[in-house]
Amino acid sequence: MEKIVLPDIKDLHLIDVYKNNGGYSAAKKAFGLSSDDIIDQVKKSGLRGRGGAAFSAGLKWSFMPKTTDKPKYLCVNGDESEPGSFKDRQVFEYNPHQLIEGILIACYAIGAKTAYIYIRGEYHKWIKLMQKALDDAYAGGYVGEKMESIFGTEFSCEIYIHKGAGAYICGEESSLMNSLEGKRGYPRVKPPFPAQYGLWGCPTTINNVETLANVPAIINKGWEWFSKIGEPKHPGTILYGLSGHVNKPGVYELPSGTLLTDLIYNYAGGVPRNKKILCVIPGGSSMPPLRGDQLEGVKMDAESLKAVGSSIGTAGVMVMDEDTDLVRVLARISKFYYHESCGQCTPCREGTGWLVKILNRIIRGEGSTKDLDLLISVANNIEGNTICALGEAAAWPVKFMVDRFRDYFEKRVSQEVVIPVANKVHSMRHTANPIADIKE
Amino acid sequence: MEFKFSEENLKKIDEIVKRYPVKKPAVMPVLYLAQEQNGWISQEVMVEVARVLDMHPEEVLGIVTFYTMYYQKPMGKHHIQVCTNVSCMLRGGYEVFDQVKEKLGIENMQVTSDHKFSLEEVECMGSCGTAPMIAVNEDYYENLSKEKVDEILESLKKN
Repeated sequence: MEKIVLPDIKDLHLIDVYKNNGGYSAAKKAFGLSSDDIIDQVKKSGLRGRGGAAFSAGLKWSFMPKTTDKPKYLCVNGDESEPGSFKDRQVFEYNPHQLIEGILIACYAIGAKTAYIYIRGEYHKWIKLMQKALDDAYAGGYVGEKMESIFGTEFSCEIYIHKGAGAYICGEESSLMNSLEGKRGYPRVKPPFPAQYGLWGCPTTINNVETLANVPAIINKGWEWFSKIGEPKHPGTILYGLSGHVNKPGVYELPSGTLLTDLIYNYAGGVPRNKKILCVIPGGSSMPPLRGDQLEGVKMDAESLKAVGSSIGTAGVMVMDEDTDLVRVLARISKFYYHESCGQCTPCREGTGWLVKILNRIIRGEGSTKDLDLLISVANNIEGNTICALGEAAAWPVKFMVDRFRDYFEKRVSQEVVIPVANKVHSMRHTANPIADIKE
Repeated sequence: MEFKFSEENLKKIDEIVKRYPVKKPAVMPVLYLAQEQNGWISQEVMVEVARVLDMHPEEVLGIVTFYTMYYQKPMGKHHIQVCTNVSCMLRGGYEVFDQVKEKLGIENMQVTSDHKFSLEEVECMGSCGTAPMIAVNEDYYENLSKEKVDEILESLKKN
């Protein structure tokens, strides 16, 4: 199977090696086409965003206004903070020039003169590697003012790296734009969408790193070739990130629609000590989890996962074996979203905290069956009631895990109704350790 | 304590500002420069950053308090960050966190009395495939075992 984004070529991160393997020829070819033609080809290729929403990349590009007196921008989303996702760092490290080439083609297609690559702040090493590649590309005339000498085109564009500073929410596109503008990373209300009102109020397109790294191959080998790889409705290869209880965790580039069981048992080497699988989260921690006994025949692409009640997300597959404490896992997931909630919308800001408190109560052995319904109720009140999708990201794991593992959770809670903790204050006098009770 | 950017950093700031159509977006990279120079982001640092970028100090405060990578107090020379998110947790992230806590004798977000070490429990660092992990300042240490953690801490103690 041919790999598109992370081919097995030694030292591909070096500009000379990249060039010798056909690098920057797709950009040259693209600059000879009309922008409409490129957008059309990418649309027909079926390339869908790899950042989580799996939206058609070509369609997104086509939303950019053709005539405007404002500058246009491209944002490259390399914030990669979803727990379980570690694919974009492989692109920065092993194939940065293909990303740069993809950015050039995208900028040409949408008419942008400036692109910003937003990379999460913790990725110091990968920011340096990406900057090195970018410096080499500038020096060679592949980016910036000297582009004419290489490509023989009047088109030129600048690419800058912007370093994040540890906020998960900045992976959300409108939050990313606010962050880039030098503001707190608060998501914006949509509409207006970025193509109308993006960076500094100008038309902006935001694409994930992996999405753009696919573009040069589509231009070079044609949309028909790309559309035939993997599942027709979500074609191409996907960088699957396997983590948790597998023998060989890591990133595997395989066609979309690869069987989940194949990923786990053939590529990632199966589960340590041949344990059974209790739970798999197929697309990063915000996506609905699947039961271990539900995995047979599940294909890893957007449509197939939707059919089994989950989602491809960032294709970060987290595997949990039969000994895993799911309540603790869910509490840890909820703690993450509580920590990362930006605080703009009340349902998310407050609700995520309540989820953590209820789950911790269950861990302490003080949970009741009612708490399980309460968890789902709180999750339902977050979902759909927030500006951005962090609401769903916080609600889904709770809602679906409690629902799909009801039997498991019921074993962890008491059947008796425990008096809600808040009411215990009234009976302070009767408890041995009143202070400890209040703290809870 | 008064804070002024070094000549070298002022030149860097001039370069950074050129990347954006307005000055304000430079606040994040400029805060990183300030943190590098000063070790942490004090009130004086925020006032100076605001002055250099024509912003209100309150706006800069808003940025510093929103993002977790700007430190509002001095951290240790070696800032140890341990990921305990799910993928690391499944492979022993909490055990590593407890080990570091015990070894250094400090809790989350505390600094040792000799200012050599500080500890932070962090969210997913993108090392899920090489879990568990710790980061020391800017460097990742991955695929850790109990012995490796001990080794890393011992070698850091020496410098």
